Amino acid sequence: MLSPVILFPAVLNGLMTGAVYALVALGLTLIYGVLHIINFAHGALLTAAMFAAFFAHKLLGLDPYVAAVLLTPLFFVLGYGLQRFVIGPAAHGEDRNILLVTLGLAVVIENALLYAFRADTRTINLPYAFNVVEIGPAFLAVPRVVAFVVVIFVALALWLILRLTDTGKAIRAVAKEKLGAELSGIDVAHIYAVTFGLGTACLAIAACLLISTYYVNPQAGNAFVLIAFTIVVLGGMGSVAGALIGGLFVGVVESLSGLWLGESLGQIGIFVMFILVLLFRPSGLFGERA
Amino acid sequence: MPEPLLAISGLHAGYGETEILRGVGLTVAPGEIVAVLGSNGAGKSTLNRTISGVMRAVRGTIRFAEDAIERERPSAIVARGLIHVPEGRRIFPNMTVRENLDLGAYRRGRARRSDNMSKAFAIFPRLAERQGQRAGTLSGGEQQMLAIGRGLMAEPRLLILDEPSLGLSPLLVEELFALIKSINADGIALLLVEQNVVQSLEVAARAYILDNGRFVLEGSAADIRNDPTLKRTYLGM
Ligand SMILES: Nc1ncnc2c1ncn2[C@@H]1O[C@H](COP(=O)(O)OP(=O)(O)OP(=O)(O)O)[C@@H](O)[C@H]1O
Ligand SMILES: [Mg+2]
Repeated sequence: MLSPVILFPAVLNGLMTGAVYALVALGLTLIYGVLHIINFAHGALLTAAMFAAFFAHKLLGLDPYVAAVLLTPLFFVLGYGLQRFVIGPAAHGEDRNILLVTLGLAVVIENALLYAFRADTRTINLPYAFNVVEIGPAFLAVPRVVAFVVVIFVALALWLILRLTDTGKAIRAVAKEKLGAELSGIDVAHIYAVTFGLGTACLAIAACLLISTYYVNPQAGNAFVLIAFTIVVLGGMGSVAGALIGGLFVGVVESLSGLWLGESLGQIGIFVMFILVLLFRPSGLFGERA
Repeated sequence: MPEPLLAISGLHAGYGETEILRGVGLTVAPGEIVAVLGSNGAGKSTLNRTISGVMRAVRGTIRFAEDAIERERPSAIVARGLIHVPEGRRIFPNMTVRENLDLGAYRRGRARRSDNMSKAFAIFPRLAERQGQRAGTLSGGEQQMLAIGRGLMAEPRLLILDEPSLGLSPLLVEELFALIKSINADGIALLLVEQNVVQSLEVAARAYILDNGRFVLEGSAADIRNDPTLKRTYLGM
């Protein structure tokens, strides 16, 4: 067994990584829960958001945390517009089409980014990127601690929006009972677009949190979204709390398996656990049983 | 003769290539109760869905308070006060009774909601008792009350009820028809789709018999009640 002095920092670091995974998964699970589609453009949109954060710093000199304040509403509008004017109309109400449209969108976005910025990998340098916070035996990079705190707040805010606001209640109503919602006067096309916008806004925040410690290239978002998919399934498709807790959990699993199997094999732990959960609890850790 | 509140003419609608409604015409006067009767699969629910805009008419016109609504979105039609309580209740199972009712008044101002809620609770004391309960855990009868209550929250001028008595005990069916009369006494017009032919013809002023996508007969409820061949052919009595 490893000593607590090593385990404790590994768990904390896992939670920090997991928080950003959770945020990406939150967007994905929200869209799945309401529109009942898997948004294959999620990874490409995350990459686009990372580029946006990168250039906000490079060209405008904006700190990523400041950029987040601008990019979050911008990506909400982008997501809203994509669903309302592209994905929705192109799909003609067929789920199968929506799947293909989001897949096509991913291809378009990725290739546009590749064309514009080539396959180069870019990073930004921030003066505080290597500052650390000391918690007992653990040294945690400041950007990762900030990311953790921000994600908890975002998840809480999202939960409150869904619980307390009219639009949030309408989102939950459409998720469970679309016809009933329509006949209550809820504009389903609008609610779909708002949901897609919220999911995309999560990506803008995630991108701004990531860019201080991570690189960006035209494929950068995909690695996160693959893990986010496993989190969405683990957490129970469509569950906000499940995505948050599932994300943190996956972060810790990755960190601990990195400790035992070696850094480069850390993600194997995620997929082993994923398969185990699917075997024993197919509806996910927080999903309602079918 | 006052202008009808709802006036449908030459309505065609269906699913994909299959045409279900084949030239349907119907009127409902303000404050009137009209029954639509017909066997299973005749197209009654399809008619309701087309009126409320969740399905598109292929041809024909639907006028509500003299405005053409056949191209409008369901949310706009609800805002006009044409409310459809669908077959199978379609309440929000994951939300409380109170939240369900609140969403019924989604197109109405916040201020009006609490008024409407008190009215709904006065009509359905049972819902008031259970306002914090998840709607999915209500009994079948309570769920039907909630569905109608949610419809009333929207301040209907015309309320479409699609088989509201389905699955209710005889006692509750009695209560339901009493409720229909009292809703109507408040000046709300009703389009009532029912399998309970006898009771429907008692509360309705007029009735239409739908068969295979066409109205084969219409008339005053009294006339239809007394037509023996009709009873045998279309209503299976
Ligand atoms: N979504 C759909 N896709 C294809 N066909 C449908 C669909 N919904 C209904 N139908 C068909 O349309 C016809 C009319 O259905 P509708 O639900 O309007 O009948 P109904 O008169 O309401 O019957 P019931 O009394 O059983 O409720 C039926 O033959 C049904 O199979
Ligand atoms: Mg029906």
